[in-house]
Amino acid sequence: MNSVFVYCEIEEGIVADVSLELLTKGRTLATELGVKLEAIVLGNNLKGVEKQIFPYGVDVLWVGDDKRLAPYTTLPHTSILVNLFKQEKPQIAFMGASSIGRDLGPRVSSALHSGLTADCTSLEIGDYEDKKNNKIYHNLLYQIRPAFGGNIVATIVNPDCRPQMATVREGVMKKEIFNAGHQGEIKTIDVNKFTSPEDFVIHVIERHMEKSKVNLKAAPIIVAGGYGVGSKENFQLLHELATVLGGEVGASRAAVDAGFCEHERQIGQTGTTVRPKLYIACGISGQIQHTAGMEESAMVIAINTDANAPINKFADYVITGDLNVVIPKMIQYYKKNSK
Amino acid sequence: MKGLKIVVLAKQVPDTRNVGKDAMKADGTVNRAALPAIFNPEDLNALEQALKLKDKIEGTTVHILTMGPGRAAEIIREAMFRGADGGYLLSDRAFAGSDTLATSYALACALRNLKTDLIICGRQAIDGDTAQVGPQVAEKLGLPQVTYAEDILECTSEKITIKRRLERGVEVVECSMPCVITVNGSAASCRPRNARHVMKYKYARAAQEMQDADEDYLNLLHERPYLKITEWSVNDIQCEAQELGLSGSPTKVKNIENVVFQAKEAKVLEPSDEAIDAMMKELIVNHTIG
Ligand SMILES: Cc1cc2nc3c(=O)[nH]c(=O)nc-3n(C[C@H](O)[C@H](O)[C@H](O)COP(=O)(O)OP(=O)(O)OC[C@H]3O[C@@H](n4cnc5c(N)ncnc54)[C@H](O)[C@@H]3O)c2cc1C
Ligand SMILES: Nc1ncnc2c1ncn2[C@@H]1O[C@H](COP(=O)(O)O)[C@@H](O)[C@H]1O
Repeated sequence: MNSVFVYCEIEEGIVADVSLELLTKGRTLATELGVKLEAIVLGNNLKGVEKQIFPYGVDVLWVGDDKRLAPYTTLPHTSILVNLFKQEKPQIAFMGASSIGRDLGPRVSSALHSGLTADCTSLEIGDYEDKKNNKIYHNLLYQIRPAFGGNIVATIVNPDCRPQMATVREGVMKKEIFNAGHQGEIKTIDVNKFTSPEDFVIHVIERHMEKSKVNLKAAPIIVAGGYGVGSKENFQLLHELATVLGGEVGASRAAVDAGFCEHERQIGQTGTTVRPKLYIACGISGQIQHTAGMEESAMVIAINTDANAPINKFADYVITGDLNVVIPKMIQYYKKNSK
Repeated sequence: MKGLKIVVLAKQVPDTRNVGKDAMKADGTVNRAALPAIFNPEDLNALEQALKLKDKIEGTTVHILTMGPGRAAEIIREAMFRGADGGYLLSDRAFAGSDTLATSYALACALRNLKTDLIICGRQAIDGDTAQVGPQVAEKLGLPQVTYAEDILECTSEKITIKRRLERGVEVVECSMPCVITVNGSAASCRPRNARHVMKYKYARAAQEMQDADEDYLNLLHERPYLKITEWSVNDIQCEAQELGLSGSPTKVKNIENVVFQAKEAKVLEPSDEAIDAMMKELIVNHTIG
């Protein structure tokens, strides 16, 4: 049976988190379908990369190692995927909804005439009934994503075209080692065979990449501030609470847009998806684009002056009041009780 | 250097950023009629990049290509008010129900009618949020693509140098021409309307908008042929019917759910010392914190 494929991004020898998250999801779906999970890595100096990949339960790893493949440019990576997919005929193919995946995915899907659903928030296997043609399809990939500015959630299927392709943002799926000792098979891609000289018309002449400084996804506790925090200075209070509790500071888009907080702290549909043990929402109204990124938190405290703020629907503790009063008290009583 | 022929791909979209209370119906479905139709924001950034090249390179022309209903001619006119030379409206019932692949197929077929040196798109449209159409058009035309462009640093008829804004950094790339560029929202915003252009193009119309035009208007059009916005149907582009619309779309919408929240059972607290003291104790006892 045809495999599930994941395109893995690699930067300076490290496989991107989003790719490992997709391998985790891919492993689950491949097992459910009873097929193999296969991964593709394209880049330069890839010796040993399997050590990062096999623990996620990968059965076959395709490696294309050539100095012209790094840094990433669109055309050679597209040609390799298109030719490999024509040869291997995967039923499902995933890539990150990252700068790379969203450049590469549409190009590959266009060449293969296969559907592609961007930014899925959930992926499942299920059946589909085409009522018009009176046909039932089994074991299709349900590509579930918000649409229309997050006001609706749509389930998309590709009944007839293969592979069924989807991209997913970093942080949306969980990353979990399948088995640290898992071993798969390595297959080498003949880069010259799968690319043509015309694929190398783009030259990267300058590049500055920064490692992300904050790691919201790994934080067990997140103190998130919204527009209601009021200023960059007031955000300091949230930093204090986060430091005391051993957490990270997050923010709504309105707070980021207002300049209270750095963009990389944004949580929600267009930011990071988090699932901490405790989420403290301070001065956040709780619009759907925000809650899409935090609704899986194990526990939520909402601090808001508005007793009817939508965020309260997600909360385990609703504190109706001014965050400038509440947060100092939280710090004070945490210190008192934790001794 | 001779001028460039630039086509900007632009789309008219419902303003999903302003989904206010009246835009959602009581049953939780989207009330499309209540949403204003706007020029897709990043397509305005794309237009600005094209207009900057027009300012710089003499003889350069900028045209809009949009696929949509008759009403979408509004954004062609808007682009003309801001400095574009004209536009093409690709409009036909056969396009209805297109996903991004069928859309890019139709746009690519239309673009083959127009010998272009450079095609500029927005990064993504706010109604679908897919960012797929630009790269898919590029692939269909066999052209290289540069996505997430923030600035065009240099441009000749042979090559173009572009600064890209990525998730975690910036990149400067050089690409051969012709090519397809998609422009990021972080690029320069579009210049406002120019009063002279508004005067000149106020009465520009596409065929669908002229159905009940009176004689005066037809006379005006005769005198000023530039007021006619070119409109194309399926028959004006060379395409395979089964690649269009629903039949050309591999992705199908299985179902749509409106987002409704179920409230959790919450403890509601006063912002008092006692209440917060008690809450912090509870959180420590159940190992949520500490
Ligand atoms: C396509 C799209 C994508 C988006 N993506 C995201 C995203 O990823 N993340 C995101 O967050 N948003 C996103 N948004 C924006 C989102 O719709 C909301 O506009 C945003 O989340 C609102 O932020 P907020 O709750 O901080 O601000 P507001 O809605 O202005 O709420 C401020 C809240 O603070 C309360 N308040 C005021 N003063 C105090 C005080 N002293 N003490 C306590 N409470 C106080 C108020 O009662 C109010 O509830 C997106 C929007 C669109 C259209
Ligand atoms: N119907 C359309 N007509 C013209 N251009 C379009 C159309 N749909 C998408 N585009 C272009 O493709 C870009 C990406 O759109 P999307 O893939 O829908 O996010 C847009 O910013 C436009 O430049």
